[in-house]
Amino acid sequence: MQRNPYLPLPMKLVKNFTETEDKLIHTFTFQFMSEEDEKSFPYMPGQFAEICVFGKGEAPFGIASSPTEPGFLKFSVAKVGVVSTALHLMEEGTMVGVRGPLGNYYPVEQMKGKDIVIIGGGFAFTTLRSLVNYMLKPEHRGDYGKITVIYGARNPGLLLYKDERDEWSKRSDIDLICTIDRPADGWTGKVGFIPTVTKEVAPSSNNSVAIICGPPVMIKFTMPELEACGFKPEQVIMSLENRMKCGIGMCGRCNVGNKYVCKDGPVFTRAELNQLPNEY
Amino acid sequence: MIIAKNALPGLLDNLIAEYEVYAPVKEGTYSLFKQIGKGSEAYFGFLNSKIPPKGILFPQSEKLFSYSGAQMEECIDNKKKVVFGLRPCDAQSLLLLDSVFKNDKYEDPYYMNRRANTLLVGMACSEPAPTCFCTSMGGGPFDSKGLDVMLTDTGDEYLVEAVSEKGRELMSKMGLSAAGEGQKAAAAKVRDAAVVVCKVNTDGLKGKLDANFYDTIWESFHEKCLGCGSCTYSCPTCHCFDIVDEAKDCNGCRVRNWDSCMFPLFTLHGSGHNPRTTGKERMRQRVMHKFKYFVDNFNATACVGCGRCIKNCPVNLDIREILADIQGSEARSDK
Repeated sequence: MQRNPYLPLPMKLVKNFTETEDKLIHTFTFQFMSEEDEKSFPYMPGQFAEICVFGKGEAPFGIASSPTEPGFLKFSVAKVGVVSTALHLMEEGTMVGVRGPLGNYYPVEQMKGKDIVIIGGGFAFTTLRSLVNYMLKPEHRGDYGKITVIYGARNPGLLLYKDERDEWSKRSDIDLICTIDRPADGWTGKVGFIPTVTKEVAPSSNNSVAIICGPPVMIKFTMPELEACGFKPEQVIMSLENRMKCGIGMCGRCNVGNKYVCKDGPVFTRAELNQLPNEY
Repeated sequence: MIIAKNALPGLLDNLIAEYEVYAPVKEGTYSLFKQIGKGSEAYFGFLNSKIPPKGILFPQSEKLFSYSGAQMEECIDNKKKVVFGLRPCDAQSLLLLDSVFKNDKYEDPYYMNRRANTLLVGMACSEPAPTCFCTSMGGGPFDSKGLDVMLTDTGDEYLVEAVSEKGRELMSKMGLSAAGEGQKAAAAKVRDAAVVVCKVNTDGLKGKLDANFYDTIWESFHEKCLGCGSCTYSCPTCHCFDIVDEAKDCNGCRVRNWDSCMFPLFTLHGSGHNPRTTGKERMRQRVMHKFKYFVDNFNATACVGCGRCIKNCPVNLDIREILADIQGSEARSDK
């Protein structure tokens, strides 16, 4: 019989980093305790895991690290409830549990040979970071065409992964466009909402795939812009979130129509979502 | 084979020596499945138990593992069990739960382990209740699917029939005597007399549900619903659960408890967003899950027609009426 899917893997918190200026999002780096543990956790960009704080409970979060970064897992977590608050207060060196990897992943195989447009808003950028890092890895970079990343937040201090964004901007093989909602001192990037910036950038839909993650209102207004660029529902990939408990398709709460976001998702094409009720 | 009714407590005592035995026990005006310590505690003068016996395999509250910091210890139940006297509808419900707890990717070790260690001795329904509609849901009062052994009440005796190989083995330990032609004929007579009167028309129901998610018909079903969750807690096929920690400091255990899609918190996000805000969406989810989504995924309705949700509803909501209304409606697929 397979491993008990409810038992988490013990991991050590090695870094508790305050990611945003408002201090509400921290990025946690967890270290695998052995090579064997790491082997038992083979994951892909877009998957998620349940992080367990012993004594508090567990909650699902998208994996922000990429399988191309061995030895550890990274998660960027907003302080919202009991588990995330306990994580925010956690001292480095503390043991946690991580259960997963869960769910499906971005279709990195089908995306090969295509131009990739990534659109992210706010702190929904976590699994997109995983995907970008995966594609930028030298052995994978040749598999994909042009990579365009449009990433926005309310203000510069809320954009995640500053060091990495700085690195990406220096590279010629990725086009990073960051935007904020309102002008701010010292900001040299774009100013405007994601839909407007998407319209300006006007990515070509020819042999392309768009991956879009963000708040519902951003998605609602960005979809028409993508359609105007010629993107068909089959070319648009999204990642859903719903309240979850088991993460393995049994506890019955995260379904959208006949699909469970945890087991059948969280990654769906727009075409797949068009077949489901809009109950998410 | 045959067993006299007055010999049944003794037979159960023999089983108790080897198994955890669960049987219906009288509790005030109703009966419930409980573990019995003596054969005489079992009570078979019941139509059906108030709460289904699914909790023997999938307890209402169960410890998954205990922990002290990151040191974890699984709580796996390996005890051999016999569920004695369950009704055919409840046996059918376990076949449905099997497909939930072992899906295309994962297996739930807690349920599956208990399932593998449990023998099911069924009791045919000589007197179906007025709320029963099993024959409309692929079952019947004498349907033996999912059972290991089936008993038929013929008056002073039970006719005992093996359904599975495991059941045959269990029967060989019971020391039963062979049934004569007269006893078999008596059982056949009981079977013919047991008629489930209530019928629910399911022809084309799935087609209606495929098209009516946005229909205005959902505006009214929930209006008198209190959202108490009795329907789901007393349903033999409902399997939704919550996972919580019961702990002090870093020591405690992870527990799962039955949950219900009829509760607003069930789907509430941390952000405050809730995909199923009102009773309308929750009622629609319960009906859709049973009669559409489950059919899409497992090719069977997640309802066995036991009628418990009808009997236990404090405001007399009747799933049979809801289904009839849906059948009588013109499905509109416009959003």
